[in-house]
Amino acid sequence: MKTNPPELSELTAEYELAPSLLKGDSPGREWLDIPVVFQDGNWCHAAKPDVIESLGFNNPRKWSPENEDWQLEKGWQKIVLDGMKERLGQFRSFKLFMDICVRCGACSDKCHFFLGSGDPKNMPVVRAELLRSVYRHEFTWSGKLLKGIVGARPLTEEVLKEWFMYFHQCTECRRCSVFCPFGIDTAEVTLVGRELLNLAGANINWISKPVSDSTRTGNHLGIEPHTFKSVVESLAEDIEDQTGVTVNPTFNRKGAEILFITPSGDIFGDPGIYTMMGYMILFEHIGLDYTLSTYASEGGNFGYFTSNQTTKKLNAKMYHEAERLGVKWILGGECGHMWRVVHQYMDTMNGPADFLEEPFSPITGTKFRNATSTKMVHIAEFTADLIHQDKLKLDPRRNDHLKTTFHDSCNIARGMGMLEEPRYVLRNVCNSFNEMPEHTIREETFCCGSGSGLNTDEYMDIRMRGGFPRASAVKHVKDKYDVNALVAICAIDRASLPPLMNYWNPGVSVYGLHELVGNALVMEGENERTEDLREDEMVDFEPEGPVREEDE
Amino acid sequence: MKVIYPLIAVVFLGAIAFAGVSAGLDYLFGVIIPYFSLLIFLVGFIWRIYDWVKSPVPFRIPTTCGQAKSLEWIKKDELESPSGFWGVVGRMSLEVLFFRSLFRNTKAEMTPNANLAYGSSKWLWIAGLVFHWSLLVIVLRHYRFFLSAVPGFVEMLESTDGFLQVTLPTLYITDLLVVLSATFLVLRRLASAQMRIISLSTDYFPLFLILAIVFSGISMRYLEKVDIVAVKLLIHGLTSFSAEAPGEIGAIFYVHLFLVCVLAMYFPSSKLMHMGGVFLSPTRNLANNSREKRHINPWNPEVKIRTYAEYEDEFREKMIKADLPVEKTE
Repeated sequence: MKTNPPELSELTAEYELAPSLLKGDSPGREWLDIPVVFQDGNWCHAAKPDVIESLGFNNPRKWSPENEDWQLEKGWQKIVLDGMKERLGQFRSFKLFMDICVRCGACSDKCHFFLGSGDPKNMPVVRAELLRSVYRHEFTWSGKLLKGIVGARPLTEEVLKEWFMYFHQCTECRRCSVFCPFGIDTAEVTLVGRELLNLAGANINWISKPVSDSTRTGNHLGIEPHTFKSVVESLAEDIEDQTGVTVNPTFNRKGAEILFITPSGDIFGDPGIYTMMGYMILFEHIGLDYTLSTYASEGGNFGYFTSNQTTKKLNAKMYHEAERLGVKWILGGECGHMWRVVHQYMDTMNGPADFLEEPFSPITGTKFRNATSTKMVHIAEFTADLIHQDKLKLDPRRNDHLKTTFHDSCNIARGMGMLEEPRYVLRNVCNSFNEMPEHTIREETFCCGSGSGLNTDEYMDIRMRGGFPRASAVKHVKDKYDVNALVAICAIDRASLPPLMNYWNPGVSVYGLHELVGNALVMEGENERTEDLREDEMVDFEPEGPVREEDE
Repeated sequence: MKVIYPLIAVVFLGAIAFAGVSAGLDYLFGVIIPYFSLLIFLVGFIWRIYDWVKSPVPFRIPTTCGQAKSLEWIKKDELESPSGFWGVVGRMSLEVLFFRSLFRNTKAEMTPNANLAYGSSKWLWIAGLVFHWSLLVIVLRHYRFFLSAVPGFVEMLESTDGFLQVTLPTLYITDLLVVLSATFLVLRRLASAQMRIISLSTDYFPLFLILAIVFSGISMRYLEKVDIVAVKLLIHGLTSFSAEAPGEIGAIFYVHLFLVCVLAMYFPSSKLMHMGGVFLSPTRNLANNSREKRHINPWNPEVKIRTYAEYEDEFREKMIKADLPVEKTE
């Protein structure tokens, strides 16, 4: 019986010895002839009927992907094909990307799932062909006429199962689109693919449940307002215990200057909570007039992994709440897909936010001109500005027990272009920062392997494989520079990189950027600090002397 | 199969023209089919572009490949993450003229101790660039057949292209390059397991077709000379809509012409439309300024949200108990 995930030695042996397409070995048949086999570790649990019902989606039922019969409703093909036609008319990206691929192969070895599995259907070009083949069959005359000769095939239940498997082995990270000479973005294909699966009633619980919870309670974890408040307050108590400084977060407070929204994983998940503590320490340090909201208590948006309408529905809460509370602008915490949505979708979907003001830092007076319309600022931009204007008292030696490297989250790097701000902050709050090898960072960064709503336990086999390229790059700096801290600005990273590191690189812990900020901030009236926020010993250093090394 | 079928198809197409002209169908192959294929090409090309453009771009989704415009003291990368119109023009120019994204290409390798390594891999970029630029030069060189006086830029192209001055008539370097690069593009599809598995018959067909066109053209120039005056007469006839098929040009010319016509007719319904599509790609041709300027989605759907009021209605008691502010106390 295979374990999920496989024993490390087993998987390493597979990578070293087994023939694989990555190493140039042919699978001996066309990808079309390779059947889809669901086995432990390569599929996510189906969405439960009550969840699907509460969201008003198609065909709520109890089913499992590993069953032969998926209990699809009668006429599901028509629903899917009509849905495809509708989306071809809605998204130029989708239509264009169905038509213009020349299969040059530049993308083929760029996907972390392909690098970790060698599965031909994980080459981005083939992932798109899964859909393209049906598109040709239904919507092009050559496909209708010449069928298989031009790579066209009809939509069958087998094809739908293949979609289900491989559109859940794509984290919409866009790495392939960096290399495509036409900018074909598999994320656009997967987004539509998942919408079609949603129409067919093939949803996974790890995505649909958070969507349903977030609809009702405001956050993915389904935390009700009173609990939200008490958990944040207990984090505030922890801060007081450790630093001697009192922080007083407020909730749903009208008239606050800034509404702060972060993923609920920062409030309820370890190690995200330490990042949350970092935010609160920072805000206390600079005396920021901010409030949290129990209603807009989620930065993340699993709707984005479901459909564009669901994205809009969940995202709408941010502006809705900002308007109700009468804040001036919104500050957003560290999160990947949250920022993809905020940066590239929010204003279009739910704007214009003309009830807000153009954001500026009340501490430095800096105007965030790049956010004049959306009126939402990323915490890394905000903090980078504070440091640049010398408004923070930082002692980076407090992070000397950490040798750090930085993981660019996909959405921040390739969906926003934010590469320097977090690095600038990191360099100022710690003394040891080493980049992972080129081709694995910045716009070529590798996904954690669990993005886009796939960070569920039953999926460990695929996640450990998909995360392998990232882990391999971390191993490089671990061996070379003794790196023991992987810093990320994404809540899914903070949830999914720890098991990945435990598996591939034991001894490397995962940190949020603002956790390190929280460690390094020298607060007025603080106790002597000998432990960091997670109560790990700091290394000894002279408390006197220069608190901050010269900027480079 | 994926390779043999298209190869047979191209040979068959060549044979049709050869047989047809041998059977005296000069007018069909010299006049009717060229007009017809041009019509298909133009109408088809325009239709495809129109068909793409009529689908809107609902969201601003550039793939950012460099530092975005942000705080003033952070250096932005205008070509990889353009903040405005001119940045986009620069990015698109690099993409269209120099295949910027393909230049980035790497090859991943699993090292013996199960680690991954990435090497630079520029062969596809070089071959692609050489192939496309050579084709462009060759097409432009053909301009001389359409005019009685050869325009200056064509003469310049010709003399540059023929700078080697070997063989008689002078060898055009682009003829050589296009054969080499197209052959490379075919062979790379056959050589690697990854490429074999992703390639379709529709990937081989245009390459074979273009190679056949090139070979027939080359053989007319260097080997099996055809009557250039007669060719010019035919083309002038075509461009002035007073075409009569002149007699003896040589069957190889008609093979060349017919394959070009096939390519033109095939073009709009094929992947070759990437020529037009590359300009429309929303991940490349949009500025990364979506927080600065609101992008409009013409079909932005009405979506029912869970309002704060509904939320408070469900949780009011708990909120009051937890000292959370509420809108309504009852």
